[in-house]
Amino acid sequence: MPDAPVPLPPAIEVRDLHKHFGTAHVLRGVGVAAQDGDVVSLIGSSGSGKSTFLRCINMLEAPTSGQIHLGGEQLILKPGRDGLVARDRRQLEGFRARLGMVFQSFNLWQHMTVLQNVIEGPMQILGLGRAEAIARAEAHLARVGLWEKRDAYPAYLSGGQQQRVAIARALAMDPQVMLFDEPTSALDPELVGEVLKVIRELADEGRTMLLVTHEMRFARDVSSKVLYLHQGQIEEEGPPEQVFGAPLSDRCRAFVASVH
Amino acid sequence: MEWYWIPEYAPKFLEGLWITLQLLGLSIFFGMALAIPIGLVQVTGPWPLAWAARAFCTVIRGTPLLIQLWLIYYGLGSLFPFIPGIRETLIWPLLREAFPYAVVAFSLSVAGYEGEIMRGAFRGVPRGELEAARAMGMSPFTVLRRIWLPRALQNVFPTLAGEFILTLKSTPLAATITVFEVYGVGGIVRQETYRIYEPLLFVALIYLCLTFVLVVAFRLMERRLPRRTA
Repeated sequence: MPDAPVPLPPAIEVRDLHKHFGTAHVLRGVGVAAQDGDVVSLIGSSGSGKSTFLRCINMLEAPTSGQIHLGGEQLILKPGRDGLVARDRRQLEGFRARLGMVFQSFNLWQHMTVLQNVIEGPMQILGLGRAEAIARAEAHLARVGLWEKRDAYPAYLSGGQQQRVAIARALAMDPQVMLFDEPTSALDPELVGEVLKVIRELADEGRTMLLVTHEMRFARDVSSKVLYLHQGQIEEEGPPEQVFGAPLSDRCRAFVASVH
Repeated sequence: MEWYWIPEYAPKFLEGLWITLQLLGLSIFFGMALAIPIGLVQVTGPWPLAWAARAFCTVIRGTPLLIQLWLIYYGLGSLFPFIPGIRETLIWPLLREAFPYAVVAFSLSVAGYEGEIMRGAFRGVPRGELEAARAMGMSPFTVLRRIWLPRALQNVFPTLAGEFILTLKSTPLAATITVFEVYGVGGIVRQETYRIYEPLLFVALIYLCLTFVLVVAFRLMERRLPRRTA
């Protein structure tokens, strides 16, 4: 098609990712592509490989093979001890700075106050001045509703508050893509809502996000695309209406029915 | 009990106190500068370095400080003069003094004990907090400087404080290699006045006061650290 317009590269694209843990083949050629503003949810039972897949995208786990592209730029990988590693540490650090990660267990730095947690990345990695970093941090803390807690230490916050700080910390880096790794799985049920509300607002304002979650109703509401993983492979992929409403795969239908 | 000698020897005790504090301060400084990498490589590898660090800690912790001190002062110290031309170098005046040997011996001792503590401290920092730093794009050195080390130190600060107080009370050993710190000055008093118990009691009182000051200082520093996770 010589006359077709050159399409914009996807905000993030992962191709044919494989991951072995010893003899276990936990990812068997998983790929995903998200355009700017897409919200892609990954669902599946425990052990299906969805968290591992997410952690391979920013190389917290070393994939065995596969390709990772961010905004059209490919991360150059080379063989390492436990799998592929980045050839150029600087390139990897640049990639990671553009990928905001939110963890299941929040992982706030306990020796720093809320505000210090949120200004740390912008100051140390992006090289922002203190005043600018604080202004940015306070804006993000305000939007997650925790501006009053900026001088508190994480240990004094509830799980839901900690996770909202963790989201503010990721946002402060102004990432191109947000990665959420089961952001509500470690929360008491009554605290899940406040975190989902923040994530939903981010989706509504057009953030590009990959979301590993067990919150099916939420995934159905916010996603532009849903992937159902089973034993390291994509078993079903499509818009939420399809995956949740009329899945092609019997396994996916059974899974969706079992968790609803 | 006779205390008439105190005014006469007060200036000497002040000098001795200054030497004790220098010995303690320098040993903690250099010792911790060694203990941090010694603890770190045992967690990160590579294995030859981890093994060497392990062996160092085992040897230091498994042998008396007095013997280490003597081996370094009388053993190592007696070898230096045989190095050709060393008497013309700038470090020779230092090598003729006893104090630097004491600093080296005490620093190695602090490095051995605190290296072991730092190993546990580094290992005790939750993996997820380090992952969060890495996932944000921090270089390995920034992760260490901003997250891993401060977090590790925070966890073991009370333990380290106790260790430093133990180190203070080891410093009298330096008197055995002619470093006249507080205890050494007490020995001089004993020799010159033939009084045995009064100088010992006086010296003990000085250490007690020093310990008290250190305990208070460490507690104040600890209070400035964020409270540990409940």
